[in-house]
Amino acid sequence: MSMTLDRPTLDSKTPEGPLADKWDNFKANEKLVNPANKRKFKVIVVGTGLAGASAAATLAELGYQVDAFTFHDSPRRAHSIAAQGGINAAKNYRGDGDSVHRLFYDTIKGGDFRSRESNVHRLAQVSVNIIDQMVAQGVPFAREYGGMLDNRSFGGAQVSRTFYARGQTGQQLLLGAYQQLARQIGIGNVRLFNRTELVDVVNIDGRCAGIVVRDLMTGEVSSHSAHAVVLATGGYGNVFFLSTNAMACNVTAAWRAHRRGALFANPCYTQIHPTCIPQSDDFQSKLTLMSESLRNDGRVWVPTMAGDTRAPQDIPESDRDYYLERLYPSFGNLAPRDISSRAAKRAIDSGQGVGPKQNGVYLDFADAIGRLGRNVVAERYGNLFDMYERITGENPYETPMRIYPASHYTMGGLWVDYELMTTIPGLYAAGEANFSDHGANRLGASALMQGLADGYFVLPYTISNYLSQWLNKSIPDTSHPEFARVEAEARDRYHRLASIGGTRSPDYFHRELGKIIWDYCGMERTEAGLDKALSEIPALYEEFSKDLRVTGGEDGLNQTLEKAGRVEDFFELGMLMCRDALEREESCGGHFRAEHQTEDGEALRDDENFAHVSAWEWTGDATQPTLHKEPLAYEEVGFQTRSYK
Amino acid sequence: MSGTLKNLTLKIWRQAGPSDAGRFDTHVIDEITDEASFLEMLDILNERLVESGEDAVVFDHDCREGICGTCSLMINGQAHGPERATATCQLHMRKFSSGDTIVIEPWRASAFPIVRDLMVDRSAFDRIVESGGFITAATGGAPDANLTPIPKPVADAAMDAAQCIGCGACVAACPNGAANLFTGAKVTHLNLLPQGQAERYQRVENMVETMDDHFGGPAPTTVSVRRPARRRSRSM
Ligand SMILES: Cc1cc2nc3c(=O)[nH]c(=O)nc-3n(C[C@H](O)[C@H](O)[C@H](O)COP(=O)(O)OP(=O)(O)OC[C@H]3O[C@@H](n4cnc5c(N)ncnc54)[C@H](O)[C@@H]3O)c2cc1C
Ligand code: SF4
Ligand code: FES
Repeated sequence: MSMTLDRPTLDSKTPEGPLADKWDNFKANEKLVNPANKRKFKVIVVGTGLAGASAAATLAELGYQVDAFTFHDSPRRAHSIAAQGGINAAKNYRGDGDSVHRLFYDTIKGGDFRSRESNVHRLAQVSVNIIDQMVAQGVPFAREYGGMLDNRSFGGAQVSRTFYARGQTGQQLLLGAYQQLARQIGIGNVRLFNRTELVDVVNIDGRCAGIVVRDLMTGEVSSHSAHAVVLATGGYGNVFFLSTNAMACNVTAAWRAHRRGALFANPCYTQIHPTCIPQSDDFQSKLTLMSESLRNDGRVWVPTMAGDTRAPQDIPESDRDYYLERLYPSFGNLAPRDISSRAAKRAIDSGQGVGPKQNGVYLDFADAIGRLGRNVVAERYGNLFDMYERITGENPYETPMRIYPASHYTMGGLWVDYELMTTIPGLYAAGEANFSDHGANRLGASALMQGLADGYFVLPYTISNYLSQWLNKSIPDTSHPEFARVEAEARDRYHRLASIGGTRSPDYFHRELGKIIWDYCGMERTEAGLDKALSEIPALYEEFSKDLRVTGGEDGLNQTLEKAGRVEDFFELGMLMCRDALEREESCGGHFRAEHQTEDGEALRDDENFAHVSAWEWTGDATQPTLHKEPLAYEEVGFQTRSYK
Repeated sequence: MSGTLKNLTLKIWRQAGPSDAGRFDTHVIDEITDEASFLEMLDILNERLVESGEDAVVFDHDCREGICGTCSLMINGQAHGPERATATCQLHMRKFSSGDTIVIEPWRASAFPIVRDLMVDRSAFDRIVESGGFITAATGGAPDANLTPIPKPVADAAMDAAQCIGCGACVAACPNGAANLFTGAKVTHLNLLPQGQAERYQRVENMVETMDDHFGGPAPTTVSVRRPARRRSRSM
């Protein structure tokens, strides 16, 4: 049938040539669309975070007709706004030995040799352009007194390559990209559909022909066709219910594309961030990140003795365990996230946790305040300290912060080739939504870099390679019956969710699902636990299908119904995550299988059997996905054991 | 550290749509902890409402970290409630006492029509930015970022202004519903920077004109044109 896609193939389309020349070779050989012809093409961009806003603005500048969609009221609200710490770039302004190669290598190593070498190298190459671009747009990055850009260090690197704007780097970068987009909207090159949610993807004749959306204000479901569609819809960290992600972050767009044929890669690679404010009660709906940049000056410790309830000031140095400095002397408090998170979990599991629920470790600034003075510390982290105090009622200038790991970022996502195209021709994925460049663990300050790289410097080039073949050919518009069919399915789905008439809210099910995933597919995974999750999730989903209650009807604005649809997609994704984690019989980066560890408790990779991307195909049954493998090879660096000792 | 559990009376504005007259509904909510945030308290209320068959209270929110500018509540007549430089989502229940009655309303400003209950439409802010709140810098071809040094005090002042979260509290708090603080913050941010110089006059004229089309004004606009407000925006 014409609606179905060919069996997916995993051709990464990596260009020929030595690693450092691949991107240039691609650009030299790709098919272009000449400027006058660009306006004949319509591109849909879903998501207006860093990746989506930068892609939409740039495509429009180039001359394409762009329709941009976001469920937010304004592009400026995207979750990217919340990024605090900074953005990496291989500028080597410090002269401390940084280079494209070093950023490339750090990213490959940080990702525990589970990312695609060619993509990562390109990312490191374009990183330098991002900073130039953002400064030209007026992003007020931190400066030194001489007027030059300032840098800080982030985990997993021994150079200072992180650019920042106080504790609000994501805000300033997103506002920069939003302003570029706003300019294009103002001059009519981009049509913005705000408060509009993608609810399905439409394929016709083996290519993505458009999308079906729901207007969140009216509940109306409608279709939009285009030559190509870009999903820049963010990550799925909210599958854990409690996470540092914004409340509305969800997997629906990527998941709906997956159900229509886009393979989903490495779903079990999730990042648990070591420095979040610990949960304080059972009704909590959101966890707050304390930027990793704090680890530049804060020292992590727990009491040496389990169950020590003395106030931190009363615990002498001799009774403190600065475990990161002890275990990882060369990186110390700046050990990468996965490693720091697991170390915190172990301390807490062994009874050394601090705070009223004994669910935290200390992040202590006493030394830094002594060494630098309170003013310098306030200048660097003042807004984070204020935020901490607002939430906990404690003053971190006086008493150490308490922190604990929480779900933060998802390395997994839609499988894409070198050109960022999914396995559905004409459907692209950018930013956190793709499985991207971070392998099994992302380094701090590299998500903003990747989002902007994808949107500003990669997609605008690669998309013409696909579009050029459609020049002056007609493509199906929304009158094609397939659009009507998919629309009807979407309406039926919301009707079903609105009329179950049970007793429990969507939040109830989300919270319960999150607990299962956190317990069995969180920081440490075991075969038995994953098996358990794979029987508990379908059972809970069954209950959801019978006992969900959505009030407010299906027409018009209904936040409860929006939530129900998103939670339903998290159920299916949750099953795939556990399936992927079970299948991956090794430990790497954020995926730690207790069965596979070294004697001193570090992740034990199995390059023999698992040096591949696991890309899953939807089969119609959430419990029976089909696995495809993209082998990973490292021409330039070779497999190495990751050590931060 | 969980202090006492609080019982509260909430008077919440409910309005079916832009043309509905609207009214206050009273809800009594109990067992709220000090640690709960204000919006978590509303989450708890909503979960109880839904599970008892009633419609949830519609309100806007997302990041819950005081940065996205989505949350927007008038709490006891104050935009974002009683705590200084704190957005609604960062307000915690330790600021309230058991037995308190809390009045919760949407932003009220003619430029921000009420969509439903506590949710308003702030897209007039986007119109202002679209008309000039940017530096024209097409992608690619930007010079090296350190080519133009920017003195730290200038960069810091630009950053102070750039921190505006676009929440609209200033409009809601102003008796005239003016958007001068929002517009002034963006103008200040961009006009202070060397990169923003080429468009500085045009930017201000365009943004102020759009602002005047949508919002009330506390002062003659010519004042804003010549001396864009240089204030420290809400820093979160
Ligand atoms: C608290 C926090 C701090 C962080 N700090 C840093 C940092 O310091 N440095 C760093 O590099 N990274 C950081 N990150 C990670 C980084 O912020 C994100 O990975 C990145 O911003 C994601 O950008 P994005 O454009 O891919 O997606 P997002 O910014 O999440 O945007 C997603 C967009 O898609 C839209 N959307 C989603 N689904 C749909 C749908 N179905 N229909 C319509 N629209 C849809 C949304 O409306 C939104 O516009 C941080 C993350 C968190 C949680
Ligand atoms: S100026 Fe202040 S109150 Fe007004 S929108 Fe900006 S942050 Fe909100
Ligand atoms: S929810 Fe983002 S600022 Fe309050």
